Amino acid sequence: MMSSFWSGWVVILTLACLAFVSYVLFTTWRQQRSETTNETTGHVYDGIEELDNPMPKWWLALFIATFIFTAFYLWLYPGLGNWKGFLGWTSTGELTRHQEKHNRRYQPLFAQYANTPIEELVNNPKAVKMGERIFLNNCALCHGSDAAGAFGFPNLTDDDWLYGGTADAINTTIMEGRNGQMPAWGAVIGEKGVRDVATFIRAQAGLVDNVDPATAEAGQKVYDTTCAVCHNADGKGNQLLGAPDLTDDTWLYGSSQAQVEYTIRNGRNGVMPAWKDILGKEKVHLVSTYVYSLNEDNKEKKEEKN
Amino acid sequence: MRKHDLVEKNLGLMVVLIVVAISFGGLVEIVPLFFQKTTTEPVEGLKPYTALQLEGRDIYIREGCVGCHSQMVRPLRAEVERYGHYSVAGESVYEYPFLWGSKRTGPDLARVGGRYSDEWHRAHLNNPRDVVPESIMPSYPWLNQNTLDGKLTGKKMEVLRSLGVPYTNDDIEGASAAVKGRTEMDAVVAYLQSLGTALQNKR
Repeated sequence: MMSSFWSGWVVILTLACLAFVSYVLFTTWRQQRSETTNETTGHVYDGIEELDNPMPKWWLALFIATFIFTAFYLWLYPGLGNWKGFLGWTSTGELTRHQEKHNRRYQPLFAQYANTPIEELVNNPKAVKMGERIFLNNCALCHGSDAAGAFGFPNLTDDDWLYGGTADAINTTIMEGRNGQMPAWGAVIGEKGVRDVATFIRAQAGLVDNVDPATAEAGQKVYDTTCAVCHNADGKGNQLLGAPDLTDDTWLYGSSQAQVEYTIRNGRNGVMPAWKDILGKEKVHLVSTYVYSLNEDNKEKKEEKN
Repeated sequence: MRKHDLVEKNLGLMVVLIVVAISFGGLVEIVPLFFQKTTTEPVEGLKPYTALQLEGRDIYIREGCVGCHSQMVRPLRAEVERYGHYSVAGESVYEYPFLWGSKRTGPDLARVGGRYSDEWHRAHLNNPRDVVPESIMPSYPWLNQNTLDGKLTGKKMEVLRSLGVPYTNDDIEGASAAVKGRTEMDAVVAYLQSLGTALQNKR
């Protein structure tokens, strides 16, 4: 809402401008001759002369039509200062109307899905498909359009979960986000400590065969005092903290000696953003269903294999 | 038509009349905005850029990001659905110059803050194809190599303060130390993560 000064400013300038333009048009119109003529205006531009004919009727009619349009427009829509227009139109009002129309059409469907538990909804191909669409638009940037992840971004199609693969855990992860904190140990355990413990961890995971017993022993010592708190004494990790299992063959940041050493030395910070305010509860429910379905597929496949 | 001669043969007069004619639009549509609270007062919770974010913003300008990325969510259903709450004028009061842009080869970035992780931005800026195979965005690998010296950061903040951005003396004194030695990547990521976070959609 403008102050009355600025409202008046806009009204007066707009109307003055219109009045001036119509004054110019109508005085010119009145002054012109009524018939076509062979007389020129006297202007010569590079040998081109201009006949002093009256303005074409159709052109004048168009000009007048724009005035009539303007009058209606300024009456119907907000244009003159604080005059809200006969229709009361606003851009945000139109947005709300479009959103309401959209919600009337789709809200019942979303609500129905939101009230169905994910474990059950996963059997509804339409809901899974909707979840996949939302996933492709929002999640695929990090997790890939096949949900198989990338370096630093977890694979969602396997059965290995940092924070748990139950429907609830997946939904919580997407709604609230996650903040995985692997501290940088380089300064604490020293370069030798990093090398030893990386070797020990890789040996436990079956990635190296011939480990020097002294290195393994030193590595275990470091592991037990610094790593076991989160990753557990048996290296199986802890889903409450998002501490990964170090004994399986999933390596989010690579499994080579250099990569494991880098991770231990410099730490890692795997952030999953919170989506509840961006997507809303109902859409997150559908994405969770899609992600959960990837896992279900895996389970079925495994059973088939066995 | 008799008086045309006077205008058409007198260039100075014609220039003056043209200026008068086209200034009507600006006087009606632009000038009143300088005096409206909705355009001059910050939205609640809007903070000036930190030193690092400010340097990131300058790199964003240097690399021409605004040529492909707008920062303006329009009040249209599809845009609000995709990007979040439409942009409001009060979010841009500390922007000199604003980077609303008018071309979207890539997506709008007005609310990109917090949407992806820092690590994702690093991987993506270094080589967008690493995370989005079909992306046509150029790579910016030098952001990882260039470091900031922070020599002008305080001065930039002083200039912005003279334009009305509420930086404190402490902000300005600490500016150089806050950015010195950080990579340009750190700065750009800090800037991107701050975008649009003052006004969030609450669902």
